[in-house]
Amino acid sequence: MSSSPPKFREKAEVLDESALDRALTRIAHEILEKNDGAKDLTFVGLRTRGVTLAQRLAQKIARIDGTTLPVGTLDITLYRDDLDLRGAPVVRGTDIPFSIKGKTVVLVDDVLFTGRTIRAALDALIDLGRPRMIQLAILVDRGHRELPIRPDYVGKNLPTSRRESVAVRMREHDGEDRVVIEEPEEA
Amino acid sequence: MAWTRKDLLAMRDLDAAEITLLIDTAASLEEIATREIKKVPALRGKTIVNLFYEASTRTRTSFEIAGKWLSADVVNFSASGSSTAKGESFIDTAKNIAAMSPDVVVVRHSSAGAAAILARELKCGVVNAGDGAHEHPTQALLDLLTIREKKGHFDGLHVAIVGDIAHSRVARSNIHGMRKLGMTVTVAGPPTLIPPHVQELGVKVAYRLEDAIRDVDVIMMLRLQQERMTAGLIPSLREYSHYWGLTLDKLAEHARPDVLIMHPGPVNRGVELSPEVADGPYSVILDQVAKGVAVRMGVLFLLAGSRGSGDHA
Repeated sequence: MSSSPPKFREKAEVLDESALDRALTRIAHEILEKNDGAKDLTFVGLRTRGVTLAQRLAQKIARIDGTTLPVGTLDITLYRDDLDLRGAPVVRGTDIPFSIKGKTVVLVDDVLFTGRTIRAALDALIDLGRPRMIQLAILVDRGHRELPIRPDYVGKNLPTSRRESVAVRMREHDGEDRVVIEEPEEA
Repeated sequence: MAWTRKDLLAMRDLDAAEITLLIDTAASLEEIATREIKKVPALRGKTIVNLFYEASTRTRTSFEIAGKWLSADVVNFSASGSSTAKGESFIDTAKNIAAMSPDVVVVRHSSAGAAAILARELKCGVVNAGDGAHEHPTQALLDLLTIREKKGHFDGLHVAIVGDIAHSRVARSNIHGMRKLGMTVTVAGPPTLIPPHVQELGVKVAYRLEDAIRDVDVIMMLRLQQERMTAGLIPSLREYSHYWGLTLDKLAEHARPDVLIMHPGPVNRGVELSPEVADGPYSVILDQVAKGVAVRMGVLFLLAGSRGSGDHA
């Protein structure tokens, strides 16, 4: 998911529209199975595509179980450990209009890479209250962890090299549902 | 867009995109005030010095709370009882503070240009918290944030700024900000308190309160400083209040029913605003104060959270 100054070109398709949908359906079932239903579950998505994924998961659970779960938005900019390296980034705000105290929070992001984003997200969540449990749902786990963080639900495990980038494209933002690996264009 | 400036000195320096970035950043930080634990680690390990050469409760407290909610260490340095009283010059004081490696210095001073001098002397970020009758950019930003939240947009809004325009840094910062965002501004006050050639800032001028407040979306009343009377610029507070004080009757007769009443504080009750107006349904004065903390968090975050603020003099 890391996009940086060099231009990237598509190397391979990882998930197409139906594979992405199946992965989310499976994760939705796994969430219900692991938690014995939808009681006291809440979703918190990481900006931007994690929020969209969380909304899709909530829709699927509503279809399977009939329960409408709340979906919050978490912006971790204020919790980053690399503010000095990046220059002042744009803060887009956290919006979690429900209490997470005593709840099971399913944290949702599109790509899991070094784990630093999730570390920041855990700090941010815990500052908002004391959830009973936090679980992590990820669409693509691309490896290269720098912290002891492990997802509970994974759409796709994808071995990558560090120079590659994984792009999750979603209808709501990019006009299509697809996951691709990109590599930098040679200069 | 990304923030690229080392300092925030004047609204006049900024373009519309920069103003919008500052307001958007502040708006996203507003929710911190509603949290049970009002602290985020964004500026952990950063030091902010409040260097206030002029009395201020609201602004200094606002910067202090903003810095603390972002986990910065905030140090207050007030001129009375400090080295200034012992004869140290402004620049010497600044250099001494710089030697202690702050990341941002927030300065208020009675002389226009003081913040700019400090910004030139120091490698760290400098925020102008009011310099003489020149500018007070964070006040304008919090006013703009309040207006955007209450009205939903800036396009085509008309604002009347009423009172002592000539001595007001709040008026000047707001005029620059509002004009850049496409708003119409009318300034109004007794002729002695309207600066000559003020039209060159792109504003209209009215010399009667009734004319100024007709059909505007926002009325911003300025504080009348008592020393203007001793300087002979107004005959008496009673006369000022009679002609320029905003009352419910005048509002009902001349203003739109959805008008916003703003005031940068502290309010002289019964002089520029009647208590019924200050506490009334049109008044957003306390919203302004709440937004002030969000704006100052945004400014401190953009200045201290950015690359390069780590290297010091």
